[in-house]
Amino acid sequence: MSRIARQLSFIFASALFVGALVATAQAKDKVKVGFIGPLTGGVSANGLGGRNSADLAVKLRNADAKAKYEYELVVLDDECKPNVAVQVATKMAADKEIVAAATHYCSATAIATVDVYHKFGFPIIVWGAVLPDITYRAKYAEVHRVNGTMINQNDANAELISKIGFKNVAVIHDTTDYGKGHNEYFSKAFAKLGGKIVGTFGVTADQQDFTAELTQIKALNPEVIYFGGLTPIGVRIRSQMDKLGIKAVFDGTSGIVSDAFIQGLGPLAEGSLAFREGAPTEKLPGGKFFMENYAAQKYDNPPEAYGAFSFAAMDLILDSIEKVGPDRKKVIEELANVKERDSIVGKVTFDDHGQNTVAVITKYVVQDGKFVEWDDSEYATGKRKLPGQK
Amino acid sequence: MDVGLFAQYVMNGLMLGMMYTLVAVGFTLFFGVLDIIKFSHGDVLTVGAFTALATYIGLRSAGVGSTPLLLLAMLVVAILAMAALGMLIARYLVMPLRSAPALNTLLITLMLGTVLRELVRLFYPQGANPKPFPALLPTASINLGQFNLRLDNALMLAAGGLAIVGLQLLLNRTKLGLAIRAVAQDEETARTMGVNFTAVVLITFAIGSALAAYAGIMNGLYYNEINFGMGLYLGVIGFAAAIIGGLGSIYGAILGGFLFAALQTIGTVALPFASAYKDVFAFTVVIALIAWRPTGLIQEKISERV
Repeated sequence: MSRIARQLSFIFASALFVGALVATAQAKDKVKVGFIGPLTGGVSANGLGGRNSADLAVKLRNADAKAKYEYELVVLDDECKPNVAVQVATKMAADKEIVAAATHYCSATAIATVDVYHKFGFPIIVWGAVLPDITYRAKYAEVHRVNGTMINQNDANAELISKIGFKNVAVIHDTTDYGKGHNEYFSKAFAKLGGKIVGTFGVTADQQDFTAELTQIKALNPEVIYFGGLTPIGVRIRSQMDKLGIKAVFDGTSGIVSDAFIQGLGPLAEGSLAFREGAPTEKLPGGKFFMENYAAQKYDNPPEAYGAFSFAAMDLILDSIEKVGPDRKKVIEELANVKERDSIVGKVTFDDHGQNTVAVITKYVVQDGKFVEWDDSEYATGKRKLPGQK
Repeated sequence: MDVGLFAQYVMNGLMLGMMYTLVAVGFTLFFGVLDIIKFSHGDVLTVGAFTALATYIGLRSAGVGSTPLLLLAMLVVAILAMAALGMLIARYLVMPLRSAPALNTLLITLMLGTVLRELVRLFYPQGANPKPFPALLPTASINLGQFNLRLDNALMLAAGGLAIVGLQLLLNRTKLGLAIRAVAQDEETARTMGVNFTAVVLITFAIGSALAAYAGIMNGLYYNEINFGMGLYLGVIGFAAAIIGGLGSIYGAILGGFLFAALQTIGTVALPFASAYKDVFAFTVVIALIAWRPTGLIQEKISERV
């Protein structure tokens, strides 16, 4: 073939290809859906995992020939900061083209934005934040949540450590709504079971040095240090406990259930406790399906603990739009009727506050560099022992 | 209070103060020679710490197992790299803005800090997560009641002290130090006396940034964890420490650094309210001090600024 002919055929082929792309794009109406999470900052690992998972839900739907619409995901970053979250939430809710969104990993941002969503009549499903007030403070038809609340996980937490036989606990919590909530529900649950909180320490969410607080805790000599907060300072507190020679058990919340916690600590993570709503991703009804598809997309970051919830939230939104069309009001009505709906995180039922009533809590302990379910662990069988465990 | 417990608080405070001081000294140096505030200083510290960590990982995978050698390589690479970064910042961002209002330099370095921070987050593998930093110093410890004295902490404290003494000697006993002080005192006169102004400024930025790398490694060794946001907070505190001590004075920076650490420790331990307010307490005292002595505790002498 001559050079010109080759070039011509190349141009012609490209034109055909572009034409084909345009043709498929025109075949379906475009509908925009949103995602908000912390994409920068200390907890961005979880935000990126959630973003990828929501993106996966949209991609799978777009690949489905039966879908009525072509979906486009609009992603905004709340930086885990309430003030930024209100801005991006307003930006998204004010954009009439965006029909609904999966929003927020951080409780502090979710609670700050529910009023915005309500004002704009913008249906959202929270995919990771666990503060009860997000769904229960007001009764907003717009606000839903696929994951459970921190009340359930703290009940399970207090129950486990008193069952092991620990009586004295020192509490460290960050001073956001998230950390304060954990402190409140845990302290309540633990006191009910006859335990004693020997000291409570509030710390800022970006604090680096905890030696002063920990030295005080060392003098109080608790068996367990309960930590209500997120991974970055959890890593710091656990490693500084070691520096000061504190032997207590590190008892965390859903906020530290992430690969980053184990990577950040190495062998020191061993024996840390944590609790999370729902079953572990690999044990979820759709866990295998989710993990396989996630891996196939070759994202840079793992889905982290709440990826599956983000996927489920986005999938629920897409289902609703498929059923009633891209109309905010109709989507809100449709979401109110979600009962016993199958999803990859199990059956979803929204109560009258839009809260999914999953009560399953998974108890974790770190064993050999992995979050292992407590009941399957060697700590439960007595083969290994937590510091101070009888 | 128990004596051992008290000793533990003092030790914690000293370590914290040493890190603040190393950062504050940088602020003071930059202000001394150019009368500018360089807000990216804390983030240079972060980049330094990550450079050291990358060096460590690189050498480990190349099969180097000797701890002293690893530590030495980390120090050398991080310090040289940050010195170079400091010079680049001075040459291409700070010096071209010399005739512009000082506010512009402050803004441009503030933005540079954000850029450095986000670059670490985006381009360091899994940079958004906290990274474990190897413990390379001997971790033997003596337990005296409630007091847990660790050898690595004592070594770091000594190393920090040496760095500051070394800097002091460099400024006061060498020809280079004389040139830096001359520029700090009066740029025009220094130039007419044959001091190479540009070279002196670049070297000063190199020294300040090298100290930031040093502090970054120390931070990593102390906490065994580094993260891309660590420099921001340290930068704010280092800056505040330099201001209360008296911007432009090395002794002021030292005083300010340790004072701030002491305030934070007192805020956590001795005050009746929750420890969550320790920064509120520390910064409130700083505000009061600045209101009382606007030029800092150690007043800047007209004749000398470094």
